[in-house]
Amino acid sequence: MSLTVSRRQFGLFSASALLLHSGIARSAEPIKIGLVAALSGQSAKSGEGITRGLSVAIDEINANGGLLGRPVQLIRRDDESNPAKGQTAARELADSERVAAIFGGIDSPVSQAIVPIVNAAKMPFMGVWAAATNITRNGADPNYCFRVSAVDVLVDKRLIAHGTGVMGMKKPGLMLVNNGWGASNNAGLESAAKEAGVTLAGVEKFEDKDVDMTPQLQRLRDQGADGIILVGNAAPGAQVMKGLQRLAWTAPVVSHWGISGGRFPELAGSWASKVHFVQTYSFFGKQSAVGTKVTKALQAKYPDIKTVGDIVPPVGVANAYDAMMILAMAISAAGSTDGEAIRVALEGLGRYEGLIKTYNKPFSHTNHDALDENDYVMVRYNGEQIEPVAG
Amino acid sequence: MLVSSLVAGLGLGSMYGLIALGFTLTFAVSGTVNFAQGSSFMLGAVSLHMLAISYRWPVVLAVLAAMLVCAAWGLVVERLAIRPFVKAGSNAWLMATVALGIVVDNAAMAIFGKEPRSLPSMLADDPWIMGGVGIYPLQIIIPVVGIVLAALLQQGLKRTSLGLKLRAAVQNADAARLMGIDVTALVAATFAIAAVLAGVAGMLVAPLFNVAYDMGTLFGIKAFAVAILGGMTRPWGVVIAGLAYGLLEATTTALLGSGSTQIVTFSVVIIALAIAPEGLFAKRQVARV
Repeated sequence: MSLTVSRRQFGLFSASALLLHSGIARSAEPIKIGLVAALSGQSAKSGEGITRGLSVAIDEINANGGLLGRPVQLIRRDDESNPAKGQTAARELADSERVAAIFGGIDSPVSQAIVPIVNAAKMPFMGVWAAATNITRNGADPNYCFRVSAVDVLVDKRLIAHGTGVMGMKKPGLMLVNNGWGASNNAGLESAAKEAGVTLAGVEKFEDKDVDMTPQLQRLRDQGADGIILVGNAAPGAQVMKGLQRLAWTAPVVSHWGISGGRFPELAGSWASKVHFVQTYSFFGKQSAVGTKVTKALQAKYPDIKTVGDIVPPVGVANAYDAMMILAMAISAAGSTDGEAIRVALEGLGRYEGLIKTYNKPFSHTNHDALDENDYVMVRYNGEQIEPVAG
Repeated sequence: MLVSSLVAGLGLGSMYGLIALGFTLTFAVSGTVNFAQGSSFMLGAVSLHMLAISYRWPVVLAVLAAMLVCAAWGLVVERLAIRPFVKAGSNAWLMATVALGIVVDNAAMAIFGKEPRSLPSMLADDPWIMGGVGIYPLQIIIPVVGIVLAALLQQGLKRTSLGLKLRAAVQNADAARLMGIDVTALVAATFAIAAVLAGVAGMLVAPLFNVAYDMGTLFGIKAFAVAILGGMTRPWGVVIAGLAYGLLEATTTALLGSGSTQIVTFSVVIIALAIAPEGLFAKRQVARV
């Protein structure tokens, strides 16, 4: 008799325990956020910067109770700057890991390859570095691709203005990486130059793995270029500077921000500091309350950050931090991790006091870019650190 | 424009020539092609960077140690990816050398890291300005070293006992064995020498470009094209083909842009091989029937 009761009791207890356990598990199950970025290769530093920005934001969110009562967890995948690997990683994050949203990395070709996948899967995608115009302006409706980063078409206007203004170029020549990102900037720079009444000396392309850029530079020089507008990542960007040095050509250089995604100062050597380039944020100078908070959090989490100059690349950190906080607001507003609900919530968000700026309605149904040309700052390397330049 | 293209082309061309010399040596002695030769190029540069920069060894010592690493790597390739398959009469050494190259590239990635690094050198710091063109001292040294090494190899083959044994083994391995020559050891030594040649090329080129775990892939492919073009058994042909290939590459980029470089250079290789299938400098084989 006692055995029968005992079995019943045991059965009831087991069932209750199982239900209770599964309930706890469900409520404590983290909201997963995916990141597909270059974590290795010549742009590995960009992936590290984005990881740091996201991690600090997620720590802050979790310290305040998480989202929808659940902790937030970052799941990273290395795309190795390869569009096919990026697509595979995005599919795996969406289908297997069931992430609530995917963040993108530095490489426009990778993000461009992911765009159709996330739109088909109704998976919110947040670009935090890659600037190709058609990542967010991709023609899809509804469009699940958002961005807290620069947009090529706007950066190009700034590069032309800075090159011909502060750097004194009369007839700049373009040195562009031969991929989708380079093509996006080719169109943007030609349009911006036309708008500003500037004549371009010529356009030269290079491959990411090219080891000698002197022939292209010499061609631009022969065409009368008196300055270079550079669009490329750190390693080929460094080869451009070595090529200029080899040609003994002291032309001013203004660059898109790809060079800040790797070891540009080390690879380019003594001429690295000659390049002015665009960023969306600088940790130098007087900081807002959010800036001070984020800097302290970064220093506490990453012992290698001794001064604000050690927060490299700042653009990756800052964009990722703000983008994660904006996404968190949207998930809270949506009350769920459903992709469609998050997309609608993102398009309807109100004010957010962020790191880069105070966003008033960061996105709408027709605008999926939270930053514009007023949010760009021009900087240059001083040793390993990135500091602002005037203009 | 032509002067800078000439300098850049000669530098790159002599690198291709040095790596291709390795192909020539091992092919002549063993009748096989070592597709891990690009990895030897990488191993030279990566080993030098790690020893000289990370562990702060004196440069001369680091260079010698890096050459030893390459030699050891050459022996490993021969022992694991060549000898067992040749012994079994199989052509699987082709895949085995490719696979071993991938293994060592990935091992280098794990040890050295995934990011490209710079190898600073006094010889590639401040260029000499000549006629408005800057030339790094290393750009002059590279073709000189390439040509000197090729000459030393040629003379070594002609005038040393090792060279004599090698030539005997190339002519008739069985007869060489009957004469008491250890052909197996000779083949292994050839792979070590070939790996050192590629490693030296990697060390020379590193200060001008970057050091990376995957730097050998493209150089290896181009050097193989050069070896075919020069004639797999003709050391001087390979060196000349290397220089010609480098010059063609640089002038194509200068005149047509880098988007056309690979199209033009590899098309020229195909056309040249269609005209001279055994390479531009190969002796015609006479087959008695």
